[in-house]
Amino acid sequence: MANVKFDRATFEKEIGKLDLKMQEKIALFGTPVESLDDETIEIEIFPNRPDLLGYHGFKRSFLSFLGKKTGFKNYKLNNPEKNYEVKVESSVKDVRPFTVCAIVRGLKFDDKKIKEIVEIQEKLHSTVGRQRKKLAIGIYPLEKIALPITYKAIEPDKIKFQPLEYPKEMSGLEILQRHPTGKEYAHLLAGKIKFPIFIDSEQSVLSMPPVINSEKTGRVTNKTKDIFVECSGFDFEILEKCLNILISNFAEMGGKVYSMKVGGKVTPNFKSEFRDLSLEKTNRILGLDLNEKQIKECLERMGYNYKNGKVEIPPWRMDILHEIDLIEDIAIAYGYENFIPKIPPVSTVGSENSKEIVKRKIAEIFSGLGFLEVSNYHLTKKEDQFVKMGIPEKEESEFIELESSKTDFNILRKDLVHYLLKNFSENSDSEYPQKLFEMGKVFQIKKSKELKEEERLSSGFTPGNFTDLVQTLDYLFSNLNLKYEIKEEVKSSLPFVEGRSGEIFLEGEKIGLIGEVHPKILKNWKIKMPVSLFEINLEKIFKKFE
Amino acid sequence: MKKLLESLSLIEKKVLPFLEEKSISEICKKSNLDKVTVLRALEYLNNKKIINFETEKKRVIDVGVNGALYRKKWLPERRLLFLLDERRIISLNDAQKQSSLSSDEFKVSLGVLKAKALIEIKNGKIVLSASREEISKKSMEELFLESLPIDEDTLTPEQAFSFKLLQKRKEIVQVEERKKFLIKITPLGKEVMNSKELTYDLIEQITPKILKKEQNWKSKKFRRYDVTLPVPKINGGKRHFVNSSIDYARKVWTEMGFVEMEGEIIQPSFWVFDALFTAQDHPVREMQDTFFVSEKGKLPDKKILDSVKLAHEKGVGGSRGWNYKWDEEEAKKMVLRTHTTVLSAKTLSNLKKEDFPKKYFAVGKVFRNETVDWSHGFEFYQTEGIVVDPDLNFGNLLGYLKEFYKKMGFSKVRFSPAYFPYTEPSVEVNVWHPERKVWLELGGAGIFRPEITIPLLGLDVPVLAWGLGFDRIITDYYKINDLRELYKNDITKLRKAKAWMKV
Repeated sequence: MANVKFDRATFEKEIGKLDLKMQEKIALFGTPVESLDDETIEIEIFPNRPDLLGYHGFKRSFLSFLGKKTGFKNYKLNNPEKNYEVKVESSVKDVRPFTVCAIVRGLKFDDKKIKEIVEIQEKLHSTVGRQRKKLAIGIYPLEKIALPITYKAIEPDKIKFQPLEYPKEMSGLEILQRHPTGKEYAHLLAGKIKFPIFIDSEQSVLSMPPVINSEKTGRVTNKTKDIFVECSGFDFEILEKCLNILISNFAEMGGKVYSMKVGGKVTPNFKSEFRDLSLEKTNRILGLDLNEKQIKECLERMGYNYKNGKVEIPPWRMDILHEIDLIEDIAIAYGYENFIPKIPPVSTVGSENSKEIVKRKIAEIFSGLGFLEVSNYHLTKKEDQFVKMGIPEKEESEFIELESSKTDFNILRKDLVHYLLKNFSENSDSEYPQKLFEMGKVFQIKKSKELKEEERLSSGFTPGNFTDLVQTLDYLFSNLNLKYEIKEEVKSSLPFVEGRSGEIFLEGEKIGLIGEVHPKILKNWKIKMPVSLFEINLEKIFKKFE
Repeated sequence: MKKLLESLSLIEKKVLPFLEEKSISEICKKSNLDKVTVLRALEYLNNKKIINFETEKKRVIDVGVNGALYRKKWLPERRLLFLLDERRIISLNDAQKQSSLSSDEFKVSLGVLKAKALIEIKNGKIVLSASREEISKKSMEELFLESLPIDEDTLTPEQAFSFKLLQKRKEIVQVEERKKFLIKITPLGKEVMNSKELTYDLIEQITPKILKKEQNWKSKKFRRYDVTLPVPKINGGKRHFVNSSIDYARKVWTEMGFVEMEGEIIQPSFWVFDALFTAQDHPVREMQDTFFVSEKGKLPDKKILDSVKLAHEKGVGGSRGWNYKWDEEEAKKMVLRTHTTVLSAKTLSNLKKEDFPKKYFAVGKVFRNETVDWSHGFEFYQTEGIVVDPDLNFGNLLGYLKEFYKKMGFSKVRFSPAYFPYTEPSVEVNVWHPERKVWLELGGAGIFRPEITIPLLGLDVPVLAWGLGFDRIITDYYKINDLRELYKNDITKLRKAKAWMKV
């Protein structure tokens, strides 16, 4: 998700006044307004439209949507001049194989424009660039560069240049170890024998992608007029699109775009794509009855050209994978607010999952007994699941751990009873008696590495003894019309008092445990009232009612 | 009046004749009731405006430990005076011995008598200078001691002076905070007390014993209750409010002809992401966003697998695909489902063309690797739905969404464009909150892309699909500002929580 901020005054001058109606229009264009104050408008750009991340790209598309300057906008691409060339050496193949480049001339940079290009670069890095992993962009002042340029990879200790925001020259490795930006992106070059660089014909390093530019040749200032732009990465097609997004923004800013010879090819590839569009399918999917002229109008408002069943797609659009993507754009142009919501006359018979029906019955039975249902997290803490339940660390087993949890809830619950004790523990100021129940999934990993989820029912009673809870169990099973048995546990399992815990059997199969909680467990939870608990597996009961 | 008389309970009637007694203890004695009962009866009578019953806090002066003793056995200075009355002149040593006063008491007594000019001390001897008359007269302090207990704010200047003197001495007097009960009989009360219709033969609690014989109650009167009186609260059992609201969603979907789906919480990435055309380098597939479990899961049969792989790598049904090398190992990674749409994907993979039309729904927990604060949590509820039929269109999708939110109590709905990797067109649903006067973002929906339907269903059929956040509907209904409260299980709050009353 990316939010972009545009200057409000510029927006109002060049696009229109930001009244409620305009804000609504922006949302209906598919770019929700996140915030608006006197100076800035903040807009959310969905990941499928990186071409809207820059102000000029947004302005072009949105004005077209408003019906002001519709249709495909063609920017002139000039042929490469002398030495407009980037030589690509094969050494980059294993590090960062591709680059696409262009030169843009006649841009009058000022602080505002510099800020704009820095921002669009950042936004593209964090979205399609996947934090520079997939793609990185470099923009350089042409006047500082001696053309032609070479893109190659060399040993990091042979790389020597003064990186941005640093007072002196460093080697490639030093940059990764000591420069703040270098450290941030070091993982992207970690383990590589050679690091990629752009270097000019006078052996001055322009940058070491995807990490950092040179202070000398890689900093655009408000004296800069002409720039060299490159995108480097792993997916040639995405690099092309990204460069197209950049140069179409620069062209909107008044720049003159020139191609370059890059490793035997000529970039950018600024050719439109064409795709067939079926009018019948468009109308069928959208439930509309638009004629060809109306569809053409819709497409033009979304920045396309249309002719004889073919749509011309601008070279900066990355999101048109399929005809259906064009159909969505037609829907946006038509206006989501103009569709009539209508449930179709499709007749089907509804039904609930039988497990849910059984669970609801059980909840009714428990409610009738005065039990309150609780709802706890599926995630839990090791401290609660094991330590407080008296299970020593070496006996913790069969639990499922979650990787890199942002909280200390980093395992899946193995049972419900520990949560009931937690509930009792946190509610000592609520009126007694407290009678609780919960139904839900618990998780286990078997020795065979099989992950197991099962639905359980647990109930707790405080102050309550063994008899109190057996009465509850009796009532439950007689209402379900099932016969159960309690057998004494051979060896009492925690957290129960020895001799006061039993195994619950349904038709010869063990489905749960019941017992009085041992004072030492109560002490762990700081509970000052006697507690009895049971927990049963519901899966077998579900089967009885399928 | 008659109504009032009939509403008097037994204890009220027992207390009634003694309302003019001086103190509560007196009423207790006469009525033969304990103090708690008498106070309760007085409270009732007060409610009925028969008396004005007030309690006030008073500072009362009473005798201390020594004071109580001196009241029985005279003040020490009096005892010294008795001795002097016999001897007139006596040495200090003899006086102390013979008066059997402690040295403290003796010193104080000398001081007091000297100050009152009743004695003189000359050459180690005490000489009585008071007259017989003066000796026989009770002192100010003695009179004061006798008058105790007394309200502090009713003291005369003389008493106040004595109090001050005695207060300096050891534990003769003390001040206590006491509750004082004031009973004033109202004119109505006078009437009640004098009423001849006051009968003691009213039925109080209806007991099985009374019901046993008809004559026990026939032609008898029942004591009237004050039916407006507040009563103590009781607690009942009930469902958790989140589950009640989820059950309601189930009802809404089944009424609209949807069949419920179910499935595991831990799912292979294949079903959560790959089958839903979410590229393997999509940020949602990082540990930063999603909970991963270290185990590997099972993949479906080769036909679906190859088709999904193709959809990602080169595209299917005219799509360009994501154009990268799809990795089977990545698809095996197990995750906690990030959306219930995983259930829809699995359901689609089991459907055949002959089964259409079909409608399915699910309500279930989904998980995101998030920190926890008032507006974030790592697990929440989502409700999911799909409709499969060749004749469906975008307007139909909006129709189902509008109907669902209408049943949830939001009559004004707005649709705006959105983006999800698996739907196109995609839509975001906003509902108008009439009290807060804002649009709430509640959920995403769309028509499944052909890159999903072709591999899973085998053909490109419109499948309307939605995955709507549910917790915000619940927090809004229960006026909860902090998401953590949903699963906090505060028993007092759960007991008080209103029932889910959407119909």
